[in-house]
Amino acid sequence: MIQIPTIDWGVLMPTIIVFVTGIIGLLVEMFRPKQNNNLIVGLSLAGLTAAFVLLLGQLGAEPTTTIANMVFRDQLAVLLQLVMLGATALCFLFSEGYLRQRRIAFGEFYPLALWSLGGAMIMVGTQNLLMLFVGLEVLSIALYCLSGMARGDQRSEESALKYFLLGAFASAFLLYGIAFIYGASGTLDLEGFKIALYATDSTFVMAVFAIALMLVGLGFKAALVPFHQWTPDVYQGAPTNVTAFMSIISKVAAMGALIRVLTAADALQNFWFPALTGIAIATMTVGNLVALVQKDVKRALGYSSVAHAGYLLVGILAHLKMPVEIPLASVIFYFVTYTAMTIGAFAMISITAKDGKEGTRTQDLNGMWRKAPYAAGVLFICLVSLIGVPPTGGFFGKLAIFNDALAAGLPVLAITLAINSVISTFYYWQIAKAAFVDDEPALQTDFAHLNPGLKLTGAICVIGVLGIAFMASPLINSGSTAGRDTMSVIQLEPDVQDTPAIAVPIPTEVNQEVR
Amino acid sequence: MNTFLNLPLAGAVYEDIPLGHFLTLSLAMFALGSIGVLIRKNPVIVFMCIELMLNAVNLSFLAFAAYPNSHVQANNAFESAMAGQAMVIVVMAIAAAEVAVGLGIIMAIFRYRNNVDVDDMNTMRG
Repeated sequence: MIQIPTIDWGVLMPTIIVFVTGIIGLLVEMFRPKQNNNLIVGLSLAGLTAAFVLLLGQLGAEPTTTIANMVFRDQLAVLLQLVMLGATALCFLFSEGYLRQRRIAFGEFYPLALWSLGGAMIMVGTQNLLMLFVGLEVLSIALYCLSGMARGDQRSEESALKYFLLGAFASAFLLYGIAFIYGASGTLDLEGFKIALYATDSTFVMAVFAIALMLVGLGFKAALVPFHQWTPDVYQGAPTNVTAFMSIISKVAAMGALIRVLTAADALQNFWFPALTGIAIATMTVGNLVALVQKDVKRALGYSSVAHAGYLLVGILAHLKMPVEIPLASVIFYFVTYTAMTIGAFAMISITAKDGKEGTRTQDLNGMWRKAPYAAGVLFICLVSLIGVPPTGGFFGKLAIFNDALAAGLPVLAITLAINSVISTFYYWQIAKAAFVDDEPALQTDFAHLNPGLKLTGAICVIGVLGIAFMASPLINSGSTAGRDTMSVIQLEPDVQDTPAIAVPIPTEVNQEVR
Repeated sequence: MNTFLNLPLAGAVYEDIPLGHFLTLSLAMFALGSIGVLIRKNPVIVFMCIELMLNAVNLSFLAFAAYPNSHVQANNAFESAMAGQAMVIVVMAIAAAEVAVGLGIIMAIFRYRNNVDVDDMNTMRG
């Protein structure tokens, strides 16, 4: 009756490498306590590189599923995992210098971040709601610990408590949604849920309720308005390297899961599409308007990340409206640019931490141009890209999403996006201006010395932000199949296949055309 | 394959108690938990309310697993029921992990201010 499922180790290996590297890092910390963390950083970067290379090899591979449909690999999963691996490596490069300046150089940061990354990789690489929930919790629980890592800093502890309580609250909603999906379809598999939705509408109300609850849970993780209240506090209170890490990983994973759940629920599009349109408009507008009055750079960037979640949601909605005509390429392109510019900005702000003190108010950046011109230059380029000024990746990303929204017949979303880009100019400009003036010498901070890791992070981010427009074509080509084959490959159970009443529109012909 | 260790599993119809009763109880527990999270001020109590919500979810999972589902073929009923029950085990394990981290965070704050009222968590303003 119960068969041992076949395991495709190639699919699992990147995730396994990430987890095992974390375990080895913790063992190293255990055997070499109270010493510097360079060995752990090196090991972690080696592990991340190995996983990255393995995943690169799977970039064009056929979608496949393994361990009894628990793990699912398609183009979307591979691309999102690559983005997250790259983001983590960038964070690790500048973390050690920052943590030493803050006097919180605990070796546990690296294993916890790696496990959090592993959870996120599980989350985007599955069609099973049990796995999705486990991945989300592995991601979140490690992040709760990380945001409270600065144990001497009351704000860090406070942000950890807020993140923890609200995060657990949101997971309960997500879980209740999963329970109702299970009740509506009798399975935890999203493919089975999709089939059940098309088969009959007797469990229709339950499914609508389930999707609404899941939107609350995933919207919290992705920081969509009105579930964004935790974002500014946690971004401000957590150590800057953790903020940079979570602004990418948490968002990418939640958006990936959102794409999968909504793709499975496309029979209910009449219900969730208007709701998500409203959420997208609110997310962009509230994020940008509230950011205008912020006095703290990390807090302003927190609201900016809320706004960017809104831009991403516009791209995702355009894809979900026309899954075949509009691929997810522009969303993935935006993820890559968002990673480069956000991590670049946070990494440069991290130099305000020196000798155990850190000031991240806007005026604390005064004089940065004179004392640390390299950091000020990188920060400026990243902020310009966050605004979306033409030669940078941020502009091309926003343009691609804008075009997608117009092509999908969503002019309201496209116009809101354009207006919000203009609004966002003002607060990014305030931050950039603070770094380039020194009118209040009394307030001037001593900036930390720029270590090679930080310089490397800055260089990679600038290259990413400026060069992505030229490097984008292979990405867009490979991204053009992402999302199209998301739902078409899971093998149907034999007995389900025999049932004639079920007609699921699976765009297999389209896939063949593309290849 | 309807029983496992003599416990009713899939397809065992409880004629006395309809599924709706379980779901109503579960919804009531979930609502009580959410209200508690929103109005209580002690983080430990807030966390207890979150646990109540998780238990409400577990009850729904078990109720859905015990009743036959019109979308599940008869020869798939066992797997379908096992999926819901496995989910409950996973949820309980994860809730335990969350307790460990959450109490650790609450302890860390208590060390600084001898007061963990969530209304006093306002050192960050925008």
